Amino acid sequence: MFLSRPARIVLRLFSVAVIAVLYFPLLYVMRLSVATSHGFTWPPSGLTLEHWRSATEASGPRDALGNSLTIAFWATVVALVLGSLAAAALSRYRFFGRNVINLMLVLPLALPGIITGIAFSSGFARLGVDLSRATLVTAHATFCLVIVFNNVSARMRQLSSSLDEASADLGADQLQTFWYVRLPLLASSLLAGGLLAFALSFDEIIVTTFTAEGGFQTLPLWIFQNMFRDTSLPLVNVTATFVVIVMIVPVYVAQRLTDVASGGRT
Amino acid sequence: MGRGLDRDQGLSTSRRRRAARFVSSHRGIRLGGLLAGPLLWLVVAYIGALVALLVTSLFHNETTGIVTTIVTEPGLENYRTIIDTPVYRDVALRTVRAAATVTLIDLAIALPLAFFMAKVASPRSKRRLVIAVTMPLWAGYLVKGYAWRAMLNPESGLLREALGFSPGYGIWGTTITLAYLWLPYMVIPIYAGLDRLPDSLLEASTDLGGKAGRTIRSVVLPLLVPSIVAGSIFTFSLTLGDFYVNRIFGGTTQFIGNNIYSNFGVNLPLAAAFATVPILIMGGYLLAARASGALEEI
Repeated sequence: MFLSRPARIVLRLFSVAVIAVLYFPLLYVMRLSVATSHGFTWPPSGLTLEHWRSATEASGPRDALGNSLTIAFWATVVALVLGSLAAAALSRYRFFGRNVINLMLVLPLALPGIITGIAFSSGFARLGVDLSRATLVTAHATFCLVIVFNNVSARMRQLSSSLDEASADLGADQLQTFWYVRLPLLASSLLAGGLLAFALSFDEIIVTTFTAEGGFQTLPLWIFQNMFRDTSLPLVNVTATFVVIVMIVPVYVAQRLTDVASGGRT
Repeated sequence: MGRGLDRDQGLSTSRRRRAARFVSSHRGIRLGGLLAGPLLWLVVAYIGALVALLVTSLFHNETTGIVTTIVTEPGLENYRTIIDTPVYRDVALRTVRAAATVTLIDLAIALPLAFFMAKVASPRSKRRLVIAVTMPLWAGYLVKGYAWRAMLNPESGLLREALGFSPGYGIWGTTITLAYLWLPYMVIPIYAGLDRLPDSLLEASTDLGGKAGRTIRSVVLPLLVPSIVAGSIFTFSLTLGDFYVNRIFGGTTQFIGNNIYSNFGVNLPLAAAFATVPILIMGGYLLAARASGALEEI
């Protein structure tokens, strides 16, 4: 072995520590949501479900949740359609301008979110379009599209074109080949891309700040606006915990899907 | 499958087949059909918006009495304002410095962690580790910022109680929090790069007498450059554009993003001009990255 045994043990300890640090803040907020102690004083103490109970009666987070889900849903729908079309075009054809399009598909994720946000915002202002749910969905769909594109095109690169040829040899036309051969093979990457796009939009706050109409609250915006009010902190803790749980589930499923599809046995 | 094919019998079938054959024999039409939607969206919505941003940055605000209007006469005065105002220059420099610091911290943590994941861990725990590192990325940006607000609390937060010291809500608190937030973006590309690196290369280096340190310096690191650049694109760009962590910490530290945000409502042209600073920096970064082949890693 290339590393000595002590070196490997040190590496292992280091890695465990880093991963513990990655999860600690999330666990801490979860702990706060069921603590009787108030504020940020360490360590949190007591155990109660009272905050969770009163959270079910609070309308602020509930309305914000509804808004977040609506926006994320529509952004995901648009991103799924456009992202997979782009993946199909770029993974199967070589053509003039392909690299430019590839770069354009990296930009919404490579440029900071604030650029996407203020660009859309000034674009809408130039066109005289008032900010609304539609403008918010438009902006979200743009970066969600990239995630879908990445997932689907990674899968398409793995699919061999001999499958298409076999299907054509058996008399299927393009549409049938797409429907009966390609789509089933792509399904899990579409689902994974869609779930990640949904999570990305659900969590987004920077682009949202610039493209949502005044007073429209998504869940992250609600948390931000309430974390400075001492009396709202118990509710913020519960909402934050809720967000973590809601996001972890689809992301975990997406990870498993990608994992299984890429062999998973490596 | 059989049923689907049966349904295709009939008069309309021949017309559909002809159409399908026409489409399949014309590459341009197929390609155009696939690309029209995404291209239209990206070019019209996204690139159009970026162009609108640049155009807006050339306009300026004019106030008559209490009414402020945007004068659509192109000029460079916003850029002059940014360059000539020391506060704005400081903010830009502070942001770039923070982006570089965050990138270096993440690199220092990601290299050993990714090395453990790719070369030491068993194949089974490898997959678990990848998921374990990736998951927190999705678990609520704002929740994590909020958690750090609680932990960094200078009076009685976790760091004060456990370590006797808290960096507080200033630039160091922000830097640490941002390094925490973006760490997985650095780990994953480096892990992927190391995973592709054949073990036999390491063995060959060892056989030739290279000690572990020498092998890492002369064999592993040079081959990892594209992965490191790919990871740094994210850590650098995300820090450059961040302004919510500063807001969560009470707004004592100002980044470019905070300036963009605070001008956004009152002076859109100036905010737009500010926004071109990260665009220029990231544009240069991406061009350099393309030269190193890192864009393929994203």
